[in-house]
Amino acid sequence: MTTITRPRATTRRRQRARTSTHHQAAYPLWFLLPAIVIFTVLFLVPTMSSFYFSLTRWSLFDIEFIGFENFVTFFTEPSLSRSLTNTLVYAVLTSGAKVVLGMGLGVLLTSQIIGRGYLRNVVFFPVLVSVVGVGITFSVLMNPTEGLINQALALVGISGPAWLTDPTLALISVALVDIWKGVGLATLIYIAGIVSIPQEYVEAARVDGAGGVKAFWYVTVPLLWPATSTVIILSLIGGLRTFDLIWTMTHGGPGFSSDVLASVVFKQYQAGFYGISTAGNVVLFVVVTAIVLPVSRFLSRKEAEL
Amino acid sequence: MKTRRYVAGGIAILASLVVFVVPFVFILLTAGKGRAEANQLEFTWPTDWQLWENVVEVWNTRDGMFLTAMINSVILTVASVSGMVVLGAMVGYVLQRRKGWWTPVANVLILAGLIIPPAVVPTIWVMQGLGIYKTLPGLVMIEIAFGLAFTVLLIRAFVANIPRELDEAALIDGAGPLRLFFQVVFPLLRSVIITVVVVQSVFVFNDFQNPLYFLPGNENATVQLTLFNFQSQFNQMRNLLFTDILLITIPPLLMYMFFNRRIVAGLTSGAIKG
Repeated sequence: MTTITRPRATTRRRQRARTSTHHQAAYPLWFLLPAIVIFTVLFLVPTMSSFYFSLTRWSLFDIEFIGFENFVTFFTEPSLSRSLTNTLVYAVLTSGAKVVLGMGLGVLLTSQIIGRGYLRNVVFFPVLVSVVGVGITFSVLMNPTEGLINQALALVGISGPAWLTDPTLALISVALVDIWKGVGLATLIYIAGIVSIPQEYVEAARVDGAGGVKAFWYVTVPLLWPATSTVIILSLIGGLRTFDLIWTMTHGGPGFSSDVLASVVFKQYQAGFYGISTAGNVVLFVVVTAIVLPVSRFLSRKEAEL
Repeated sequence: MKTRRYVAGGIAILASLVVFVVPFVFILLTAGKGRAEANQLEFTWPTDWQLWENVVEVWNTRDGMFLTAMINSVILTVASVSGMVVLGAMVGYVLQRRKGWWTPVANVLILAGLIIPPAVVPTIWVMQGLGIYKTLPGLVMIEIAFGLAFTVLLIRAFVANIPRELDEAALIDGAGPLRLFFQVVFPLLRSVIITVVVVQSVFVFNDFQNPLYFLPGNENATVQLTLFNFQSQFNQMRNLLFTDILLITIPPLLMYMFFNRRIVAGLTSGAIKG
């Protein structure tokens, strides 16, 4: 077998080599140039130089190298270091909820229920609405005394919490709104994943005597790994970088109780502490890469095992 | 089985009304109320429906700032999405067709572009150096730079499905690289380009953080910034605030109504293959 195929393979390879040198001019590398210039100038250069700037005391007027002082400030000042834990809590909470709810809704919206088309649309639509609009709407709905949510709770005899003004709850409340807005995307990704699972697999499990729950847990869930890993990665990236919703709903308050890294970066920038602001950016960079890269590697390895 | 279908569906529809529909109806109702009534924050039918008056008032606030902002947002969206599509298609196409030492480098850069949050102050510093800080063209370039990675990712995957024989046929017919790309390949990318355009337009139009940092100031604000500024200005005029929200929700709504399938295709592209 091999002795017969090998010469053919080499001639084909030689042929391809010849045509590819012939055609290289057809795919000129300068096509990459405009994109590389914009990407380098406005993304790579700022990102690289942020490592230097984070080591400086930098204001409108002058710039002075001060070593790791900004980072020391960042981690010792409670108002700043709080943002790191908040960011992690927010990201984990929103990603976890989006996986669970997204998978549940995905299963529900691929089953034979009435009103499926309507439900898919209505769950997905918030994804497309402006974050600022959603933030403003929910800060009104979450008003502790007059807000619709607490008034509705009062009707059934529950006195609702002070969603956004209670320091222990503010971050969670914003995370809930984030989940409300983002779960449609997760659902959509799961629907695409579920539809691509061959129906025979589930049927085979049923024939082998697995009940509905068992078939779901041992057949559907593992086969949905690609969807799950997409949802986790997307919501981790979004959650760790979150800014818009926090800023429109609480401005990081009350106090610093719902500050996240991105809102600290903005506050320090507004206050004119450019060095600390950039240090915040570097911390955010490290946190995002240190979490997202290993997680995505782990998820894709798990995928390959299947 | 059949009753379960109705019961589950019925419960889901009821829950969706409470969770997803009520907030939007609330926006609409509040936008239709007079000032005093709107400030009570109640979920009631307006006693006197005055949506149109509110729209006119939002329109006239601060010398027609809303219209200026809407025009700015549209220019920003159209310009940056066109830029992303053309540049991203050129990159995605060449990267897919021609492999070499740059392929792994490009993969790392795309990944970086997808996950790394931009460093704010250094970016402003670079933009000031170039004289494009606080300018609309500057913000357009920022949006292009930040949106390229996702665009290239989608387009490169799509180019893999276009047979190379087609390129070769065009070359034999004497087309140069520019003609080959713009007249033969680019039109074939139509469906993925529509996806990119729709997804990125919604994204750029709704973008708040980048205009806040890189295009501050009132004279060239985008709609998201005006809405944010209205939040404090209209604190006691909730009817106008919600009219504003209603107005800027219309463009994405239209996008969704016309391109529903495309949006879904774009956003779920990673789900099946991983």
